[in-house]
Amino acid sequence: MSLALRLTGNTRVLPGFGLSMGISVLFISLVLLLPITGLFGQLSNLSLAQYWAIITEGRIVASYTVTIGAAAVAALINAVFGLLLAWVLVRYEFPGKRLLDALMDLPFALPTAVAGITLATLYAGSGWMGRLLEPLGFQVAYTWVGIALAMAFTSIPFVVRTVQPVLEDLPAEVDEAAMSLGATDGVAFRRVIMPHLWPALVTGTGLAFVRSLGEFGAIIFIAGNMPYETEITALMIFVKLQEYDYAGASAIASVVLFVSLALLLAINVWQGRFVRRLHGGKG
Amino acid sequence: MRRIGDAPAVKRLLIGAALVLSALFLLLPLVAIFAQAFSQGMAVFWSNVSNYFTLHAIGLTLGVALLTIPICLVFGVALAWLVTRFSFPGRRILQTLIDIPFAVSPVVAGLIYLLLYGRNGWIGSWLDGHDIQLMFAWPGILMVTVFVTCPFVARELIPLMQAQGSREEEAAATLGAKGWITFWRVTLPNIRWALLYGIILTNARAVGEFGAVSVVSGAIRGQTNTLPLHLEQLYQDYNAVGAFACAALLALIALLTLAAKASLEWRASRREALL
Repeated sequence: MSLALRLTGNTRVLPGFGLSMGISVLFISLVLLLPITGLFGQLSNLSLAQYWAIITEGRIVASYTVTIGAAAVAALINAVFGLLLAWVLVRYEFPGKRLLDALMDLPFALPTAVAGITLATLYAGSGWMGRLLEPLGFQVAYTWVGIALAMAFTSIPFVVRTVQPVLEDLPAEVDEAAMSLGATDGVAFRRVIMPHLWPALVTGTGLAFVRSLGEFGAIIFIAGNMPYETEITALMIFVKLQEYDYAGASAIASVVLFVSLALLLAINVWQGRFVRRLHGGKG
Repeated sequence: MRRIGDAPAVKRLLIGAALVLSALFLLLPLVAIFAQAFSQGMAVFWSNVSNYFTLHAIGLTLGVALLTIPICLVFGVALAWLVTRFSFPGRRILQTLIDIPFAVSPVVAGLIYLLLYGRNGWIGSWLDGHDIQLMFAWPGILMVTVFVTCPFVARELIPLMQAQGSREEEAAATLGAKGWITFWRVTLPNIRWALLYGIILTNARAVGEFGAVSVVSGAIRGQTNTLPLHLEQLYQDYNAVGAFACAALLALIALLTLAAKASLEWRASRREALL
């Protein structure tokens, strides 16, 4: 085979295809996919009627409402707050900017249980924030507001870190053109900047939402865990397990698993589409 | 030329809002951890950290992290090499599959391992017959930790290796370098910082994992209690200062992680500036 032919890329020049394929497929099968079969094995012991009865029981349905509602509020707060932070970090120079940038990753680096007990202590009636807020009539700890707060804390980096690179890549000419044509800041931002940003903003907010749906450690301490009021779905799985009700735990887990995998797939497809659009047909 | 949001008033308002909100929302919790941990003085903090159960939890946590890292490293490098250096059908599916641990709730992750490897599971019951217990013991903790941390190294490497392309490796290969030599001499120097950052992230998550571990650990003090689980027990026992002492240790690891990230990014930007 001639050198020229080998360089055209039709033949695999680089070694390690078999080895890396072997390790990757083996690992993904054993670590990621095989355990999911255990879930289906457990579910096959249930009749469809039993399954339906478990996942539609009043207390469980109440937990879906609390989880989805709080996650939606947290995602919306993060969409605004995350956009603000990304904008400030990319567009402005100010003292402490590097520190602020580093701080953005804190929720990912900090163990969720640490975040959980800290937020619970801060917002309890005797805590630094609770002492300020409760006399004003805002109860955060042991209500769904606390759940939303914990979710927002753990998922804020998703929005910041998805929007930031897109904003960095936006050439200065884009807004200079808008400004020189006499647009005000607000109009120029809405008409010129947002069309570039919103795919990333939706992706980041979507990832934050998925993360919030499954979050456990950061929430259970501040939630108060009152049946029908402040119980999240992940906690219901945990409670069923402690009662040795494996079938019940599996049924609820299958709902959570299905919803989060469907959302992940949707976000991936969405992201793939807009990446292809930006790079002119090649994804 | 003026850019959007450059008016001094707008600029000051937005920076101010970002700083105040971040201080309340992100910095205050961090300060609170250390304030609580040291609220009864250094001596109490020290006795909380140095008692047998805490030390055992620290040891178990670090041991699990130490075993998790090489496993995730091998997988991450292999997967990144595979999806960035070859094109084959199913490549995109593989890349979506490694995101599963990010989307799956940690409690569900723990549960699926418990169902499969627990005494009632089809692998677990066979292992039980051979007197091997994985769940409610450290191997189970290791297994779920690997599950939740396995995407990090791959996720750091894939974009970088995609951007760098395979030209350098192909040059080495056509000049007759063997596969491993190419990897050690050409690939590794190019990806070492991303690799290091992947390891740091893996470590941070491995040390702090709570939901998945709490399902499979059994949380027996002095045996299968990791540091986050130990912290939870202390907190539920109304020993808040003890809980925050453990939290401070974990927060310290988190701060080191952030510092490492910042310095790696600074190094990368300086190299870019030099080129």
